[in-house]
Amino acid sequence: MTVITLTLVYLSHSRIKMLLRGVKPILWLIIFTVLIQILFGHGGTVYFHLWFISITSLGIINAMMIFVRLLLIIIIATILTITTSPSMIALGVETILVPLKWIKVPTETIGMMVSIALQFIPTLIDELDDIMNAQRARGVDFGKGKLIKRAQSLVSLIIPLFISSFRHAEHLADAMEARGYSDEVKRSHYQLVAWTKLDWIALLFMILLTAVVVLVRS
Amino acid sequence: MDKQIILKNVDFIYQPDLPSEKQALTNVSLEIENGEFMAIVGKTGSGKSTLVQMINGLLKPTLGEVTVGDIKINNQTNNHNLSELRQKVGMIFQFPEKQLFEDTVLKDVAFGPLNFGDDEPTANTKAIKALSIVGVSKKLYDRSPFELSGGQMRRVAIAGTIACEPQILILDEPTVGLDPNGKNEILKIIHQLNEKGVTIIMVTHDMDVVAQNANRVVVMNKGRVSSDSTPRELFANPELIANNSLALPDSVQIYYDLVHDGIQLSQIPLTANEVVEQITQKRSGVK
Repeated sequence: MTVITLTLVYLSHSRIKMLLRGVKPILWLIIFTVLIQILFGHGGTVYFHLWFISITSLGIINAMMIFVRLLLIIIIATILTITTSPSMIALGVETILVPLKWIKVPTETIGMMVSIALQFIPTLIDELDDIMNAQRARGVDFGKGKLIKRAQSLVSLIIPLFISSFRHAEHLADAMEARGYSDEVKRSHYQLVAWTKLDWIALLFMILLTAVVVLVRS
Repeated sequence: MDKQIILKNVDFIYQPDLPSEKQALTNVSLEIENGEFMAIVGKTGSGKSTLVQMINGLLKPTLGEVTVGDIKINNQTNNHNLSELRQKVGMIFQFPEKQLFEDTVLKDVAFGPLNFGDDEPTANTKAIKALSIVGVSKKLYDRSPFELSGGQMRRVAIAGTIACEPQILILDEPTVGLDPNGKNEILKIIHQLNEKGVTIIMVTHDMDVVAQNANRVVVMNKGRVSSDSTPRELFANPELIANNSLALPDSVQIYYDLVHDGIQLSQIPLTANEVVEQITQKRSGVK
């Protein structure tokens, strides 16, 4: 799995720096999980024992496995988001959901929702920045003071952010309706993706890979 | 007069050491005196907003030093010791109504003073005073700020900053998106504060506002100060105006149109009244 991911990294021409930046926010989560595994794992040779804490060989191996697994998940997710545009991801989601259409699930609407959600992330980050500056200028010191005070200062961020999200949503809905959007109409796509030989190969490869993984683990 | 704000050789770089790094200010030096009404103009992206955020410590200079009163800010300054500075320097951003969040108007305005360490009665007194300055009536104090009209929301938001009783007030495009009436009211409030001795620093694109209000205007271009003069001196320099893609205020446009038609007024008029005055003067001179 690691080999495949590294190949993907190579193929995607992405820079290591960017991938590592994706890991940063959950670094503490990873470290925490790894530590728990090391300290509380059972089985294998016991290297060190103290009350309920024991460091064992199996524990360390497990910890390593988890570490690599988490890292791979994040790297794969990062590769997806930096190589594929939000609209393509949305199209993908829509296509995967096609079987659900038979039981009357509005797949196109779901695809649209996904793409809108993805596209709004940068807008909302900008907005959050503005609001944070405004509240700072009114004397809020984020990340300082007692827990209650910190929670209060978060309220002064979250409420304006909610309100502006709703406002954005309303404006967007108006703009879309003004241009004739309706979920009852069959929509065509701006980007057309044709199913090529390469896609068959990729699909076969993924099926094989899944089979191998299942066989090895069982 | 004493120098209230001093910027000395200030550089600012966004995201240094990253591929996206961007130099927003280069070697900016400015001295601002107590009680000035200064306008900052320039193209989008010329560094106006960055410049004003330097003054209340939202951004710290990458190089150089900013002094406000006896507070100094450089790249060593700790983010958590800026409360005194933030109280001294009030900042009103573009679309300040975005900052509203409390459940009543009065509470929202009192939020700033409370943060700066006032107890509740004092904060409420300051809030009421600020609300009366901006002309929000008592009836609205207990209403939710989100039920108000756009112009009222903006006034409440401005009151939220005024209530902190700053000595320096920075405004970033305070009149954008308001109707002419709302705009004039906001400008009147700013003027009143200035008369009471509050230093005003205003970022704007509106040259009429500059001509009619400011006593000093700084033109920013690509992160540098490209001119620093009185409005009258600035508008006497059409080349500088054109180079910075600035517009002329109506009154100055009339002056140049008259020059084009061979009529020379005695000086560049800044307000409608001055235009009328000078034209009448000219006519009586001709007679």
